[in-house]
Amino acid sequence: MLAISILAAVAIGSTPVAWQTILRVAGIKLLPAGWVDAHTVTPADMVIVWLIRVPRVAVAGFVGMGLAAGGAVMQGFFRNPLAEASITGAGPGAVLGAVIAIVAGWSVHSVVSLPLAAMAGALIALALVYGMATRGGVTPVGTLLLAGIATGSLLSAASSLLLTLNIVNWQVAQEIVFWMMGGLESRSWTHVWLCAPFVLLGLTAALIQARDLDLLQQGEEIAASFGVDVEASKRLLTLTAALLTGAAIAVAGMIGFVGLVVPHAVRLVVGPSNRVLLPASALGGAVFLILCDLLARTVHPPAEIRLGVVTSLVGGPVFLAMLLRRYRETSAA
Amino acid sequence: MSYLEARDVAVQRGGFQILKSVSWKLASGELQAVVGPNGSGKSTLLRAMSGIWPISEGSVTVDGQPLGRLPRRDLSRRIAFVPQETRMDFAFTVQETVAMGRYPHRGRFARETASDTRAVRQALERCDIAQLSERLVNTLSGGERQRVLIARSLAVEPEFILLDEPTASLDVEHTLEILDLCRALAKAGQSIALATHDLNAVARYATSVALVNGGRMVDCGDRDRVLSPDRLQQVFGIRAELLSTKDGQPVYVFHRNEGTDIRD
Repeated sequence: MLAISILAAVAIGSTPVAWQTILRVAGIKLLPAGWVDAHTVTPADMVIVWLIRVPRVAVAGFVGMGLAAGGAVMQGFFRNPLAEASITGAGPGAVLGAVIAIVAGWSVHSVVSLPLAAMAGALIALALVYGMATRGGVTPVGTLLLAGIATGSLLSAASSLLLTLNIVNWQVAQEIVFWMMGGLESRSWTHVWLCAPFVLLGLTAALIQARDLDLLQQGEEIAASFGVDVEASKRLLTLTAALLTGAAIAVAGMIGFVGLVVPHAVRLVVGPSNRVLLPASALGGAVFLILCDLLARTVHPPAEIRLGVVTSLVGGPVFLAMLLRRYRETSAA
Repeated sequence: MSYLEARDVAVQRGGFQILKSVSWKLASGELQAVVGPNGSGKSTLLRAMSGIWPISEGSVTVDGQPLGRLPRRDLSRRIAFVPQETRMDFAFTVQETVAMGRYPHRGRFARETASDTRAVRQALERCDIAQLSERLVNTLSGGERQRVLIARSLAVEPEFILLDEPTASLDVEHTLEILDLCRALAKAGQSIALATHDLNAVARYATSVALVNGGRMVDCGDRDRVLSPDRLQQVFGIRAELLSTKDGQPVYVFHRNEGTDIRD
């Protein structure tokens, strides 16, 4: 499914590319020199496939993975299928970091400054929230949730304030607005390298903790009696989710619903056990975002619809349908 | 014969001294009841004994070894604690839930071994829930859920099982079912301690009783002595009448003290 959506997303676009060409380009780039004859592909196809489409699809895949896996971790952590990774303040923190980078003009000088500022924003916001919710080495999940929501809305307000103050400078304001709606236009290999290591690191960390997360879902005392170091595990899990979400938002902007809907839908299929749910959510998130991005750039050419708009337009109704179905099931029982 | 022992244990929580200088011992094959008024420290005692709450004074030892010196995983393999409330927000199956009892026995990514499978199957059969194994836990009745939680603690194959009010929300039939199960397990050599408010159940099922009040151990040992009408008067402030059923089982009937009745 992932392979098919990758191939489709690379092939379809303003200039269609045959799938044989894509496989040849992949062969030329990935296999040892000489295995595939480089002259079978035109230079134009080469650029479109390898420098434009493939990095964009790769970024979409990693962003989808990060958002969905981060959401799955937080849903387990808060024992609430309506949670997502932004809930600890990491999401709004990443947005504010990026907005500051745009307003301060750093993003003009270097393409890496905005993603780095967003990552830093996510981690600083989490540290703040966690610090506020912790007393004597103990962090009650309920307090963490409240502190996260309060801090999150404060940080979002700060981002909006910065936008309002800069609305006269149309270029800056446009950049902020576009970024807040999320999108993957002109993403390069640089963005892949900025995002992929953090997402893969976060995913590995999440998988290592999958079993602890299963037990924490049963309640902290159960987890403790099964040998989990509860407070250490909570710190590591929130950090993991912030890393996954921060890395995704850093290169793609604000993209809603992926972290909420994808793990939820995946759980309906594979069940709640995190050892299966986390990798399945990551894959599901990658497929979902690659396909949404394909829609975003092909529905209304030559303009692109913002990716965050597409995910919400697709994710919103899907989520509502799932909620209504569940409501009907429970009221029927 | 292994034993779990508390000596002069004190527990502080949120600035309050919940347990003060409590000593207690639980040995193999015992079904020990922990009783006492609300807020007396029953649950705290079980948490301290299972090592999930830190103690501020004294020592808790298992076969003479302090709990704090045992690695977390070893501890979780030897002592199972079943709290009164378990979250079931996500729909795990009964099989999956009971299989969590094997987590302390294997590495994070290790596959289930033959001994894991056997322990889970035995636990399901012991608790008579094998036929429910594919059901989702959040669709079960209260009594079934409690059996699932006990089955999970059995799957750990621990030396000690500490149950916090396992019958608190159950009807009469399910209460008897859980207590019969506990008694059968104890007869098979399992050490079990359970906190409860049901003094008649204690009188019929427990091999010994620990009576806690105001964070202190009032008495501990033979149930006829610990639950004498005088003791109950002293601790619960009620008048207890001790009767006997046709087959010689003790039964308590409780009355409020003279002068405290609300008369119409």
